[in-house]
Amino acid sequence: MANSINDSYQDFPILDQKVNGERLAYLDNAATAQKPQQVIDSLVHFYEHDNANVHRGVHTLAERATEQYEAARTKVQHFINAKNHNEIIFTKGCTDGLNLVAATYGEQNIHEGDEIVITIMEHHSNLIPWQQLAIKKHATLKYIELTPEGTLDMEDAKRKITDRTKIVSVAHASNVLGTVNPLKELAKIAHEHGAVIVGDGAQSVPHMPVDVQDLDVDFYAFSGHKMMSPTGIGVLYGKADLLRAMPPYQYGGEMINTVHRDETTFADIPFKFEAGTQNIAGAIALGTAVDYLEEIGMENVEKKEQEIVDYVLPKLEALPYITVYGPQDPAQHTGVIAFNMDNLHPHDVATALDAEGVAVRAGHHCAQPLMEALGVSATTRASFYFYNSKKDADQLINAIKATKEFFNGGTI
Amino acid sequence: MGLSKLNGLYLDVILDHANNPRNKHDIPNATSKMTIHNPTCGDTINVAVEVEGDRIKNIGYTGSGCTISQASASMMTEAVKGKTTEEALDMAKTFSDMAIGKKHSEDDLEKLGDAQILTSIMEFPARIKCATISWWALQRALLKKDDEEEE
Ligand SMILES: Cc1ncc(COP(=O)(O)O)c(C=O)c1O
Repeated sequence: MANSINDSYQDFPILDQKVNGERLAYLDNAATAQKPQQVIDSLVHFYEHDNANVHRGVHTLAERATEQYEAARTKVQHFINAKNHNEIIFTKGCTDGLNLVAATYGEQNIHEGDEIVITIMEHHSNLIPWQQLAIKKHATLKYIELTPEGTLDMEDAKRKITDRTKIVSVAHASNVLGTVNPLKELAKIAHEHGAVIVGDGAQSVPHMPVDVQDLDVDFYAFSGHKMMSPTGIGVLYGKADLLRAMPPYQYGGEMINTVHRDETTFADIPFKFEAGTQNIAGAIALGTAVDYLEEIGMENVEKKEQEIVDYVLPKLEALPYITVYGPQDPAQHTGVIAFNMDNLHPHDVATALDAEGVAVRAGHHCAQPLMEALGVSATTRASFYFYNSKKDADQLINAIKATKEFFNGGTI
Repeated sequence: MGLSKLNGLYLDVILDHANNPRNKHDIPNATSKMTIHNPTCGDTINVAVEVEGDRIKNIGYTGSGCTISQASASMMTEAVKGKTTEEALDMAKTFSDMAIGKKHSEDDLEKLGDAQILTSIMEFPARIKCATISWWALQRALLKKDDEEEE
């Protein structure tokens, strides 16, 4: 492992390459993070030495695989400070975890006339499951709106969450605005009204210390791939008593106690929610990513990203043709920075930045209702991770200036 | 390399069409309309045609999008105005074939007018959709049955 967080980019083989003849500045971390050698090695090691199915065999490999798979669960438990390892369910990703809650807890507890409250900044994966549930159950879906500064309007939250509210589901950190929502305060409000609260941790768990007990969230979902693990592995945290009362999500192998011709008794949590052969290697590699992050320290990850934001945001805002969305104050902004260039479509911007070696995302970022609320059809988004540097930030700023020149006051 | 790579994409003709779009307006007597959304970027293109007999008497488009999609729509309307619907559909096929790397004869390409330039989009796989969306809307508008819903 690299000696310091500032050298950590050396652990990521993919970053050492040229794109279109230029040094690669990978600034699309909100979409997916790159993988350090340690995580890649852990995948390879598993397949070269220990591969077997878990919880099934008595042979040595099966024992090793099971041990490592369950060790990964415990690592995740400690990483987000869950009370018990059986509250950690391995999923395909954040989307899968949120759908699981909607299809089980939601299906069981939402009735006609009930309310589900989300926010206008939700990613489609924390929006559509609730919208469709509300349609099916004749329940009402309500949106907490934004303040003019681009943060969540907590006064509106207090108005929208009522005694009819059964579920509140909120992004802990926005994948567009770069804001961190006061999840703990929202959990308190939800609980005062007898509702449960679901946290979407896709953009928070990789970037800041998260303590699910302190937040007092009932459910919390995130993806492994945004925290340097392979794709196809994620985590759903749920409070044990809630998980026990919920029906299974899928049926099949691994999730049962006994099966007879006409009835089945289900396994205890977490296995009740892990039907079929899971992404074993992915879970183990996620455990390695957790080790890596803990070695650096999540406080340091957060601090490093804040340093980069303090450096780059004022530079961006100083360009007269740039509009930054979300809070303008760097102290209130995560490493996710969405912006537009006057008269230029984000797609053209992203193509131009790519030609300069800078990888960013352009589009609606799976948050179309938010785009509508912001009055734009799309934005360009640069998103930083701890392995990025001021060099990447400078490359972005220079590429933006070059783009401006290229289009020469330009088009559309 | 850097931005010079883009010279083949953002040619003067393309920028000219994007900045001074032709036929960017609604068609009051349209016989068929089609709206297509590009789900990856949220762009929308509306194409309206007025067909008289078997000829495209008038065509216009509205909507918003990137330089490439706007330029392509502008070029497309110029290229097919006054053509028979059969000719226009052939051109649409040539364009979408070119965009996925299928070869066509020089003659076919000539027929596309300015629009043939945009087949350079093949070098930029992520942008192919931007260039083809208007041709696709044209195809759908011309082939549409009366009772068919817009996208
Ligand atoms: C805030 C937020 N929620 C949910 C997701 C969905 O994550 P995944 O696609 O890994 O399931 C994302 C990913 O882009 C996200 O940014």
